[in-house]
Amino acid sequence: MGEASSSTERAWRRIIQRALKANRVRLITYVPDRVLTPLIADLHDDPEFMTFPTTREEEAVGILTGAWMGGLLGAALMQTSGFATIPNVLASLAIPYQIPLLMFVSERGTLGEFNYGQALVCRTMRPVLDALTIENHTIQRLDELEFVVDRSIKQAVATRAPVAFILSPLLTGGKTFEG
Amino acid sequence: MPAANSIATSSNVKVMNRFEITKRLVSKLKRQEAVIGGVGNTNFDLWAAGQRPQNFYMLGSMGLAIPIALGVALAQPHRHIIALEGDGSLLMQLGCLTTVAMLKPKNLTMIIMDNGIYQITGGQPTPASYGADIVSMSLAAGIDQSIWAADEDEFEALVETALASEAPTLIAARIDQKPAVATTERNPGNIRERFMQGIGV
Repeated sequence: MGEASSSTERAWRRIIQRALKANRVRLITYVPDRVLTPLIADLHDDPEFMTFPTTREEEAVGILTGAWMGGLLGAALMQTSGFATIPNVLASLAIPYQIPLLMFVSERGTLGEFNYGQALVCRTMRPVLDALTIENHTIQRLDELEFVVDRSIKQAVATRAPVAFILSPLLTGGKTFEG
Repeated sequence: MPAANSIATSSNVKVMNRFEITKRLVSKLKRQEAVIGGVGNTNFDLWAAGQRPQNFYMLGSMGLAIPIALGVALAQPHRHIIALEGDGSLLMQLGCLTTVAMLKPKNLTMIIMDNGIYQITGGQPTPASYGADIVSMSLAAGIDQSIWAADEDEFEALVETALASEAPTLIAARIDQKPAVATTERNPGNIRERFMQGIGV
C-alpha cells in the first residue's frame, strides 16, 4: 500500500474513535477481524474505553444490552460472518426490548473476496437487516463517515433501536488475498 | 466459600426445587441486587417469587442471561448482579464463562439450575446430562469460585457468601423436573423499562 492509502487507513479509525467518544460510547466488545485489528488496538490503548473480546457475537449483544440498561453505552465490532450468527438475538432481544445496539461490521465477501462462504453471508446481511427493519448504513466514503456514525448513534439512542454500520472495503481497504 | 474441590458433585448433591430455591435466593436480596432470569422456567419462577423492579426477564435469546448480567455488572460496579440460568441455556453460550473469568467482575453471581433436560420444549435430556459436570466446566473456564449447592441451606449460605465476595461466583443447583409455578407477563418493553427504573437508570 502507498502512503496515501496508509493515511486514509488511519483516518477512518480516528474518525470512528472520535465519534464513539463524542457520543459517550465507553464499552467496546469485539470478535476479531483483520481489517478492524488496528481500530481494536487503538481502542484498547485508549483509557476512555473498556475494550475486550467476546467468544461469540451474540454474547456481545447480551453484554451490550445489559450494559445499556445499566447506563453504559457500548458498541460491538464484528465481521460479516459474525453478523450472520446474530439474527435470533436481534429479533428476540435487541429489537423487542428496544436496545440502542451499535454494530460495526467490517464488510467481507465483496470487492475482492477470496472465501466463498464470506461472499454468501455478505449477500444475506442486508436482506436480514432490512427484514428486521434495522437502520443500516454501508459506508464507502471517508468524508461521510463521521456524519453517518455520529448522527446514527444519536438516532439509535433517541429511538432506542439498533443500528448497523457496514464498513465497505472502499473505506477500509478490506482484506486481500495473499496466498 | 468452601474450597473449589469440595466433595459436592453433580451426583451427590440433593435434588432441589427451582421455585423453592429461587424464593430462598430472593429472600437474601436486601440491597436492590439485580437479577437476570434466563429463558423459560428460570425466569417464570423468578417472576413467581415476587416481581421485584430489579428483576429482568429474558423472553428469547436463549443463553444470554449471563452476558446480560455481565453487562449490567460492568455498568453498575456498586450493585451486585445475579444471573439465573438453566443448564441447557448455559450450554448454548458456554464461552461466556471465559469472558467472565477474563474480566473477573466482583459483583456478579451466576446460579445454574440444572435439571439435565430442555424442560420447556418437552423434557429432552441435554447432551451434558450424559456425564458433563457444570461446576467442573466452570472451574476449567477460570471461574475459581464454582461450586455445587449440597442442599437448600447450603444454597442460601453460598448466596450470602457470593454477595459479599470480591470475585465472580458460580453456584450450581440440581433441581427436579417440576414445571414453573407461574408464567412471566410477556411485554419486553415494560420489562426493560421497569428494570431500568428499578436499577436507577
